[in-house]
Amino acid sequence: MGVTVRVPAQLRTLTGGSGEVEVEGSSVGEVLKALDAAHPGFGDRLFDDTGGLRRFVNVFLADEDVRFLQGLATPVTDGATVSIVPAVAGG
Amino acid sequence: MDFVTGLRCRECARPYPAEALHVCDYCFGPLEVVYDYDALRSTLTRAQIEAGPQTIWRYAPLLPVSDPAPIDLGAGFTPLVRADRLAAELGLGELWIKNDTANPTGSFKDRVVSVALTKARQLGFKVAACASTGNLANSVAAHAARAGMVSVVFIPRDLEVAKVVTTAVYGGHLVAVEGTYDDVNRLCAELASEHPSWAFVNVNVRTYYAEGSKTLAFEVAEQLGWTAPDHVVVPVASGSQLTKVARGFTELYEVGLLDDEPHVRVSGAQAAGCSPVASAFAAGADAIRPVKPDTIAKSLAIGNPADGWYALQAVRSSGGAFEAVTDDEILDGIRLLARSEGIFAETAGGVTIAALAKLAAAGVVRRDERVVAYVTGHGLKTVEALVSTTGPTATIAPTLDAFTQAVDVAGDPDGGPSWA
Repeated sequence: MGVTVRVPAQLRTLTGGSGEVEVEGSSVGEVLKALDAAHPGFGDRLFDDTGGLRRFVNVFLADEDVRFLQGLATPVTDGATVSIVPAVAGG
Repeated sequence: MDFVTGLRCRECARPYPAEALHVCDYCFGPLEVVYDYDALRSTLTRAQIEAGPQTIWRYAPLLPVSDPAPIDLGAGFTPLVRADRLAAELGLGELWIKNDTANPTGSFKDRVVSVALTKARQLGFKVAACASTGNLANSVAAHAARAGMVSVVFIPRDLEVAKVVTTAVYGGHLVAVEGTYDDVNRLCAELASEHPSWAFVNVNVRTYYAEGSKTLAFEVAEQLGWTAPDHVVVPVASGSQLTKVARGFTELYEVGLLDDEPHVRVSGAQAAGCSPVASAFAAGADAIRPVKPDTIAKSLAIGNPADGWYALQAVRSSGGAFEAVTDDEILDGIRLLARSEGIFAETAGGVTIAALAKLAAAGVVRRDERVVAYVTGHGLKTVEALVSTTGPTATIAPTLDAFTQAVDVAGDPDGGPSWA
């Protein structure tokens, strides 16, 4: 059992159209790196030149924005869901 | 025909077609509408606009959709009111209130929704959806009803009663979500990926929606005789409105409708209980740290503002400032505007007026400036914020004696009662 990553429509060209993929990892950062290994291209889209998340990418663990947790270092357990959500929405 | 040539990513400038797209596939930056400014400059005139309808649609060439019969309840061209009594209280000179409480559903959201749903209909959408703090919910439900579209509106469960009722009455789907606005917004951002045939006005058609706020600048400039003000004060939730107000003045000059290049100082108003952008401004920071909102100004309670960064840049580059105000200051702001100018604003308007007062006291908004404060929602939407502190000034038995004992009207030309 791994971690479920929910993928927004904008990135589904990288997953063959799938909105959910399973990967392994014990932190949010590891999960996203594993996602890039399984589906090359994610790293480029999610991270800026300094290795941080791009300004307009939000990542949630379950229902919480990881910026309220420990960012990319936030621990993740098996069975968890990580969601990638474009930040530009609402208002 | 419209003057749109396409969409473009604000961050990386990648081009996109004028479809239901709101973020760049590559970097997730927001998409913006690109117009043919050369064609606009050579064809659009003040007289043409002045001969148009008394709504936002008089600026149709500067909007991202052309339709001879837009989805329209009469949004826009709201009063710009000279506010001398409020100016005197705040130590200011020339002060104006843009009274956007006068829109069909009582807030500026009618501007953005009229544009968004007209474009959505043109793109073939039949379902109108949104995440809302209340004002947008009202407007989407009403405009969808007007157009015969299905509406699916998502709100936080703890919204003001008036905003719930004045949305539900239009008969669409109204989904109350157990969470904050940011939770609702995140849910809608994910739902938009699963329901590509729905037009979420502030998700997949947000690019067009946001353009409607430019009319807040267009109207002020036209109402001031085709000149820009020196300083505007704008409430900030997502930051989209402030960003587009700033852009609107510049755009009018670029298409030749203003003679002089505008130098509008733009200041932002937030509630202290939800001030991620004001906090970044105060700290001199670039990154906007999301917050968990706790304020009576629920229409501004966005802890993770999509356009916060752009609002911050617009304020900084214009020489404006941000101010954050407490819940008590918000209520004082509502009452001050009401008693000095006869305009009843919702809590967001209280934020604007309270922030204006603090910026004036600090000398940021100056007496020698022509100032416009944007009051963007009607007070009847948020009466419960006032009910515990605002009511009858006397409650009496129905007798002359009781009245005389209880009430002393200052400046009464009749003087005291004749029988006393």
